Amino acid sequence: MKTKYIGAIVIIGIAIAIIISMAGDASTYVTFGEAKKLSEKGFKKSIHVVGELPKTASGEIVGIEESPDKLSFKFEMIDENGVQQQVLHANPVPTDFIRSEQVVIVGSYQGDKFVAEKILLKCPSKYQEDPEFNS
Amino acid sequence: MIHYFEGQLGHTFVIIAFVTSMLSAYAYFKGRNQDKEWTTFASKIFYVHVFSIIGIIGTLFYLITNHYFEYHYVFSHSSKLLPIYYQISCFWEGQEGSFLLWMFWNAILGVILIRTNNFWKAPVMFVVALTQVFLASMILGVVIFDIKLGSSPFMLLREVIDAPIFKTNPNFIPEDGNGLNPLLQNYWMVIHPPTLFLGFATTVIPFAYCIGGLLIGKNKEWIRPALPWAQFSAMILGVGILMGAYWAYETLNFGGYWNWDPVENAIYVPWLVLVASIHVMIAYKKSGSALKISMILVVASFLLVLYATFLTRSGILGNSSVHSFTDLGLSGQLLIYLLVFIALSIAFIVKRWKDIPSTKEETSPYSREFWIFMGAAVLCLMAFQVLAGTSIPVYNQVAELFGFELNMAPATDTYSAYSLPQLILSVLLAILSGTGQFFWWKKMDGKKLKEELRTPFLISLVISGLIIVIGKITEPYYVILLIACIYSIVANSKVFIGIAKSNIKLSGGSITHIGVALMLVGILFSSGYSKILSTNYTSMVWSSEFPEEVNKDNLLLFINEPRQMDEYSMIYRGIRKDTREDGFVDQNELTPTINPLKVVRKSERGTDTLTLINPENSYFEVEYHTEEGKQFTLFPRVQINTAMDMIVYSPDIKRKVNADMYTHVRTFPDPDQEPDWSEPQEIKVKIGDQFFINDYVATLERMEPVSNVEGTPLSSGDIAVKAVINLQGEYKDYDAEPVFVIRNKEYVGRIDDQVNDLAFRVSIQNILPQENAVVLAYQTTQKDWIIMEAVKKPWINLLWIGTFLLVIGFIVAIRRRYLEFVRMRDKGVEA
Repeated sequence: MKTKYIGAIVIIGIAIAIIISMAGDASTYVTFGEAKKLSEKGFKKSIHVVGELPKTASGEIVGIEESPDKLSFKFEMIDENGVQQQVLHANPVPTDFIRSEQVVIVGSYQGDKFVAEKILLKCPSKYQEDPEFNS
Repeated sequence: MIHYFEGQLGHTFVIIAFVTSMLSAYAYFKGRNQDKEWTTFASKIFYVHVFSIIGIIGTLFYLITNHYFEYHYVFSHSSKLLPIYYQISCFWEGQEGSFLLWMFWNAILGVILIRTNNFWKAPVMFVVALTQVFLASMILGVVIFDIKLGSSPFMLLREVIDAPIFKTNPNFIPEDGNGLNPLLQNYWMVIHPPTLFLGFATTVIPFAYCIGGLLIGKNKEWIRPALPWAQFSAMILGVGILMGAYWAYETLNFGGYWNWDPVENAIYVPWLVLVASIHVMIAYKKSGSALKISMILVVASFLLVLYATFLTRSGILGNSSVHSFTDLGLSGQLLIYLLVFIALSIAFIVKRWKDIPSTKEETSPYSREFWIFMGAAVLCLMAFQVLAGTSIPVYNQVAELFGFELNMAPATDTYSAYSLPQLILSVLLAILSGTGQFFWWKKMDGKKLKEELRTPFLISLVISGLIIVIGKITEPYYVILLIACIYSIVANSKVFIGIAKSNIKLSGGSITHIGVALMLVGILFSSGYSKILSTNYTSMVWSSEFPEEVNKDNLLLFINEPRQMDEYSMIYRGIRKDTREDGFVDQNELTPTINPLKVVRKSERGTDTLTLINPENSYFEVEYHTEEGKQFTLFPRVQINTAMDMIVYSPDIKRKVNADMYTHVRTFPDPDQEPDWSEPQEIKVKIGDQFFINDYVATLERMEPVSNVEGTPLSSGDIAVKAVINLQGEYKDYDAEPVFVIRNKEYVGRIDDQVNDLAFRVSIQNILPQENAVVLAYQTTQKDWIIMEAVKKPWINLLWIGTFLLVIGFIVAIRRRYLEFVRMRDKGVEA
């Protein structure tokens, strides 16, 4: 019976280690303000910020600047508290970027700039769409 | 005209399917203790159930193939131009259809169970029919006491969508459907979902044997008939998972085959547990131990399938997954489904717990059981590790239920969150699968073990040493994983050779283990050593805003301008269309016609009509040249789907023996956007003169009268002349033919001509007959370009070869266990 219990204890031990490391790897959804505070405290890991792109009154998205070589771009984003921040991204502009309803950026502050490693877009049309009919 | 009858027929079949599943579940329950009458009755009802499911599928398929867009399901998932094989896949694009696919497989499996196993028929089919009750309720689409039960695929568009048009014209039928999501327009999407759902469906069988066994008090006898099914399920599910990975690799732009996406994880977790359960079931059959663990694992693997379904279909993952379904309002129903089966399983196991025999003796480290338990434990830990991370959105919801905010987001670094922990546990798995096999086949003690292991250990050290030196593997984790995998391959090969000499039918385990180890090596190299070739280190002024460690992984290629990338010189040749008659054809040579599938090609050889394979698809011709003068061409694709307003890029892959060259386009100039043209420049040239347009040498070859101008009918008083200008491009010559029209001697018309590859357009400004010259005006624009990423994935073929071995091993093992079952059944032992 002894080995059985030792085995069980080892497995439970590893499982606990997994939970602890999972909690450590997990990110959080924060606002720009909180992200800034975190980075000033020396927190280096990536976090998620959810927001929208600023629009003019006529619905045009503003603030996207493409680099001359088109390989990177910067854009403005407004978080859930209404704070606007410029975001840098070292990849070409995603095709459906300006159509997105909601943008989730994954990255961190580097000084006063937010560098996004990943951009997740939530597009209204992605899977289910309410069609417009003309007839 | 709205086709009411077909939809009502389909809905009637749905209701019949729901009612018959309940009835047969009840009747099978009644007949559980070998009551022939109830069982026969239940089976008859179940056949009606099967028939009605086929009826649902047939009706839905009829609606799709006849393009009845008044139905919401047909409108949202199909379109007129969709080829028949994609009409089949739009069948399971929606949630309702995929539930239907699952039900269909369950029904077929039910028929097989009814016909192969008399003794177990009633208790097992009780559980299968019960799952059908829940699945059928998902597509029921009826409202009872204000509660919506399921979502029917036979709803009319106007019942689902609240568009103003239905107020003015209730009988409005759209001209065309939305079509199939372009991401799913791939042949893997035709065969991958049915395979995966067969895998899903088969997990219910071992579960049903276990629960059925507990129900009738056959607490241990269920294992023999359940084992081949568990193996079959693990094989099909494994193949389905890998097909999904391969589909992602071939069509999605992320550059790999596994993304640790919640949807991928949700199916990987039950598979791991299922494989663990197979191992302990085999241990039980050999020695009579581990019955309780077998039970728990078999039940857990099915419940995890239900949990996966709940995760991916309830909308709970909405923020973290790119391809989970949106909520259809079924999340509550799915949760009930899950909770009912959890409660049922716990109740049965608890009830019989005292009667389940457990082993009292000490498990020695020299026994095979010990090694099997270790392996199963590692598999379960792997599953638990992925499950813990994937369930993060669930924790948030649960926390919310108790009134506080957790705000956890999925891990951002998938390497440290999933890949690394899985890698560490895989090392254990490889070592266990290598060593365990020796214990399996022989009685071991310390001395014997040393003897057996010495040779494989030495051989694997030599082989791994060579690979480490040649492959320059320095990362310590990879070194350890590689040694463990090579050890597993060598040790299992030794075992295989030993068994093959005596009885090859028993070699399933060793073949499968070799396959798994090979897969791990393939994953190690293709992921760990995948190399982005297109990395751009040139830091321009603009990019200095970025922190230094940020690389740009993409390459900007202008048309026909070679650029060096790693060892290759790259040239982008322009956009091609895929035609039925002539393969890839330069888009500039083609003019569209009214029929979107037909295009007209004008070239030196004359005019012909070609058929496009898919008008939505365009291909970027990209050439790779090496210094030794070798070359190959890749055609990464873009699909522009206007109905869904989507632009989807798909990579192209050059497969070599030792590596895949993977190329995908990130973005290209928007074809709908008019380019910025420069100010027109005028130039006066005589016939035969050479001059420059946009830095290209141009020659005015001749002027000739034109009798036919496209788009402008000419009358007798009109005069039309065209200039033929020859241009020398980098790789070929082009002709530009602007036209000049004089109408009634008064009005002047100019039709310019554009050469896209050379990025200019030219028109005739004036004709000067006295000077024998013309005045041309030209404008230039930016040349065509693409931004692409190129990735090299070494030894990815080992992953696919390993997969094949895995499948072969499973087939050998299933055959063995199935024959064993048949032998016992025919002897009349309990089955």
